[in-house]
Amino acid sequence: MLATLALLDTQRLVHLSTVDLVIIVFYFVLVLAIGFYLKEQANTGEDFFMAGREMTAWIAGLSFLSANLGSLELMGWAGASYQYGILAAHWYWIGAIPAMLFLALVMMPFYYISKTHSVPGYLKLRFGEPSRALSSVSFAFMTVLMSGINMYSMALVLKIVLGWDINFSILISSVTVAIYVALGGLRSAIFNEVLQFILIWAGALLIPILGLIEAGGWSGLKARIASNASAEYTHLWSTLGKFNDNPMGIHWTGIVFGLGAIIAMGYWTTDFLVVQRVLSAKDLRAAKMAPIIGAGFKMLVPFIVILPGLLGLALLPVKLVGETQAIATGGHSYNEVLPLMLARYCGPGLLGLGITALIAGFMSGMAGNVSAFTTVWTYDIYRALIKKDASDAHYVSMGRWSTVVGVAISIGTAYLVMDFKSIMDYVQALFSFFIAPLFATVILGMLWKRATAAGGFWGLLAGTGSSVGMWAWVKIDPSAIRYVALSPYARDMAENMYRALWSCLLCAIVTVGISLVSQPKTEAELKGLVYGVTDIPSEGYVAMLHRPWFWAVVVGAIFVALNVIFW
Amino acid sequence: MKRGGSISIWFFIGISLLVNGLLIFGAGVYELLYPPEKEVVLYRLHAGVWWGAILAVLGAVYCYYYAPGKGRS
Repeated sequence: MLATLALLDTQRLVHLSTVDLVIIVFYFVLVLAIGFYLKEQANTGEDFFMAGREMTAWIAGLSFLSANLGSLELMGWAGASYQYGILAAHWYWIGAIPAMLFLALVMMPFYYISKTHSVPGYLKLRFGEPSRALSSVSFAFMTVLMSGINMYSMALVLKIVLGWDINFSILISSVTVAIYVALGGLRSAIFNEVLQFILIWAGALLIPILGLIEAGGWSGLKARIASNASAEYTHLWSTLGKFNDNPMGIHWTGIVFGLGAIIAMGYWTTDFLVVQRVLSAKDLRAAKMAPIIGAGFKMLVPFIVILPGLLGLALLPVKLVGETQAIATGGHSYNEVLPLMLARYCGPGLLGLGITALIAGFMSGMAGNVSAFTTVWTYDIYRALIKKDASDAHYVSMGRWSTVVGVAISIGTAYLVMDFKSIMDYVQALFSFFIAPLFATVILGMLWKRATAAGGFWGLLAGTGSSVGMWAWVKIDPSAIRYVALSPYARDMAENMYRALWSCLLCAIVTVGISLVSQPKTEAELKGLVYGVTDIPSEGYVAMLHRPWFWAVVVGAIFVALNVIFW
Repeated sequence: MKRGGSISIWFFIGISLLVNGLLIFGAGVYELLYPPEKEVVLYRLHAGVWWGAILAVLGAVYCYYYAPGKGRS
């Protein structure tokens, strides 16, 4: 394998030494070894799909976060921070922390007590089969597409950075993920996600440390950015008063209400890709602590993602440009800022670990999508709609095969994306069509006992439909952005935020309206599913340091402090 | 996380940090003894040496603490 990698290592951004290649190969060997080792512990459905529901809060929490560190997360947001400055950190702070804490303290008890296998499974219990069918089919479709995009993104990165052949990268990463998820199920995916999380930090942490030394600390960094670009690049909120005052073309209402209140809430509380990790927790307290632990680490991720982008803006001797211009001029694009910073500081060994961190990031995202797809396909589509009364062993076998099939479809998607690059934009948009309204459906289902099955289904359909409609409207008539995003100066990011906000509101209005004129379930039927008719088990007496509320307050206070410091 | 007699995930992480740390430390020491023609920025800090050592020590601690048979999860 070393010889093959060396042969492929021809045209590239960085040059790997033998020790770098050994580190990369060792990573692949280790993740496969974990998969083979855990095969013996994935014999029942509960083991394979829910990791036996015996994960500690730390493992579930780190895995919860790691599953999200996938698709272009590291490189994409580092590039975004080079392009937009510290505004990109909103996606890590207000775009994540409040939602993660809300999941932990408000929503997790209902997911956990209902003993559901999935978010569509919860919709079945709360709103019935039509809502589950709608959400599970959409989710399964989205996850394999996202997995394929992860795969293609990784292959593209390895081609640009290392000069590796795209087909080779897709083959090696997909086969590895298929093997370790098919063998060990969710437990294997989670174990590897935790390993990948540690490797991402071990490989990426040196860049901000060395970068800050070179820049002369935070004040030196700010002075250089003010000289190279603009002082506005290091302010989080003070430029958001007007759409055209900041490089992102966004208003603070879009960030607070669109991103923080809708998109983040939708993603972190109802996207089964991340929620599945928390459902594997060993008890309710661990399930509540896991997102809080995840939130604590999420606040730190800008240190290895946003800060390198800012350091690139301050220190790199070349000016990075957009993807199209980079291709036309042979220059470097924004997305290459992280590898460029790696190459700047990392010698043999460190470079290998940094590249391993990038590969680990993509693979954890890919495995997260595949394992979530497998569970939704097997429990919410195959068992619900195709074969209802098979044995547990049959469903485990279906889970293993659907992992392989899911990966195969992802490979197909990767090649589709390669030929039609705009599909990547469409899939991102499709993802947002579904997640924002789903949040309204789930939260009304959990907190309002009057919400009915008809209200839930039609609300979800109306929210999704309106989101698609607004997106198509702006595609056909770009000037319509003045209505969707409330300003002709709004850009794509702002459009996404406001589209999410309107579709979520419409979903809520339709759900409430139809619920008020349709027959609700009895309180007995809603027990364990809805606030007000569910007895939340007492955690008993536990020391302050073990209480989820205590740590949520600590994380919340740090979150507020960070926003004030970087105002 | 472990189940009766099985290996903790933290042990696997310990192995990973230990092996990677030793490789990076070794490469860093080699570069210290035989400086490359083209040096990276801040080469004088010899990041490979101390970062490799930190990872290796951390990995060794995890391997020892979560070694199979010690009953920790």
